[in-house]
Amino acid sequence: MSDITPSQTVGPYFAYGLAPHSRCDWSPDKKVYDSKETVGANLVTPDATGEKIRIEGRVTDGDGLPINDAMIEIWQADSQGRYASPADKRARTNALFKGFGRSATDKDGAYSFDTVKPGAVPGPDGKPQAPHIVVCIYSRGMLRQVYTRLYFSDEAANGADAILALVPEQRRGTLIAHKEGGKGQTVYRFDIRVQGENETVFFDI
Amino acid sequence: MTLIYPRESLSAFPKHLSPHYRSTVKRSPSQPLIFMPHTLSELSGPIYGHNAVQEGDADLTKQHKGEPLGERIIVHGHVYDEDKRPVPDTLVEIWQANSCGRYVHNVDQHPAPLDPNFTGAGRTATDKNGYYRFISVKPGAYPWGNHHNAWRPNHIHFSVFGHSFLSRLVTQMYFPGDPLFPFDPIFNSVTDEKARMRMVSSFDLENTIPDWALCFRFDIVLRGREETPPDKH
Repeated sequence: MSDITPSQTVGPYFAYGLAPHSRCDWSPDKKVYDSKETVGANLVTPDATGEKIRIEGRVTDGDGLPINDAMIEIWQADSQGRYASPADKRARTNALFKGFGRSATDKDGAYSFDTVKPGAVPGPDGKPQAPHIVVCIYSRGMLRQVYTRLYFSDEAANGADAILALVPEQRRGTLIAHKEGGKGQTVYRFDIRVQGENETVFFDI
Repeated sequence: MTLIYPRESLSAFPKHLSPHYRSTVKRSPSQPLIFMPHTLSELSGPIYGHNAVQEGDADLTKQHKGEPLGERIIVHGHVYDEDKRPVPDTLVEIWQANSCGRYVHNVDQHPAPLDPNFTGAGRTATDKNGYYRFISVKPGAYPWGNHHNAWRPNHIHFSVFGHSFLSRLVTQMYFPGDPLFPFDPIFNSVTDEKARMRMVSSFDLENTIPDWALCFRFDIVLRGREETPPDKH
């Protein structure tokens, strides 16, 4: 057995430590208790190329009730499908774009991110993966985080994606963020149902 | 250096559903998790090192005009991978209750005083040897609604990144000899005793500063080890 440090729940009070400027209203007195934000919900940098998008969704529990104290973390490639990580050796033109974001949920269980749509990234067997975002959910009542993936409803490449193919067809829809119509900014809706009817697919990684 | 992330290592983790901790009942997946290979998306991860922290971020006693009340402590240690190699330049974030056991959060209505000189959040990055160090005050125990007379042991919340999205860890650091250990379903959600004790810091007399602060050591081991090289013989 390995000797890694076990995980514990993020608890209900993480906001002032991890996501102080996010949607959660945590401060009893903003004049006294301010807190610096290290990672926020806006991933767009001045040099980021590609389509600017907004991701919106709600997180709900096994009773369908909003989880109002969850934290969502996302990790994604830039618009050219390159990660800002030493594990990705390819050169990047969006040097400032980090591709990592955090949003706490609000009283309605809602979260949101402003980012750019990622490009296709290399996958198993050298075939590209459909554009996607890695999503991690933490909350009170979760002793460890759960991992899922967000794919985009308007991507034909989803049909050939090796990871989506591992998911039973009737559950695949829970991983698809739906593009919403309307003028101006493109919004993708991605609701996360932690348990119960139409439960989001979570991965063993 | 290419790391692999064996799933067996995760056996140290608590199960998603741990019914003695009541909130897990409606917040744990009921469907089996789907096994997937690790792709570049999982094997990569963000880097937030020293550029993400400012001088003073690691001293939680210096964030306001005055000093917080409570027992001043030093919390330090190393972040390692599974081969016990240091993880350098990685972000470590902490948050905690004040010395009375009260969090600066609207939802926390425990009738213990807030401290206008203590927020309770800090961050630092490990150095080239994987070493980190915080100064804070010892957090108090506090009641919670899980069951009758439920109290959380003293703890500090930790968030650590490591080399990839797979090494990302959120955990809690406990203090040695806490009498609340046997009664806490969150602590005991880690069922293996050795694994559980890896969340407990040790008292560090050698680095305790005379006439100033007690010191506790908390080493953190993240997922990730080198692939065993093929046997050449």
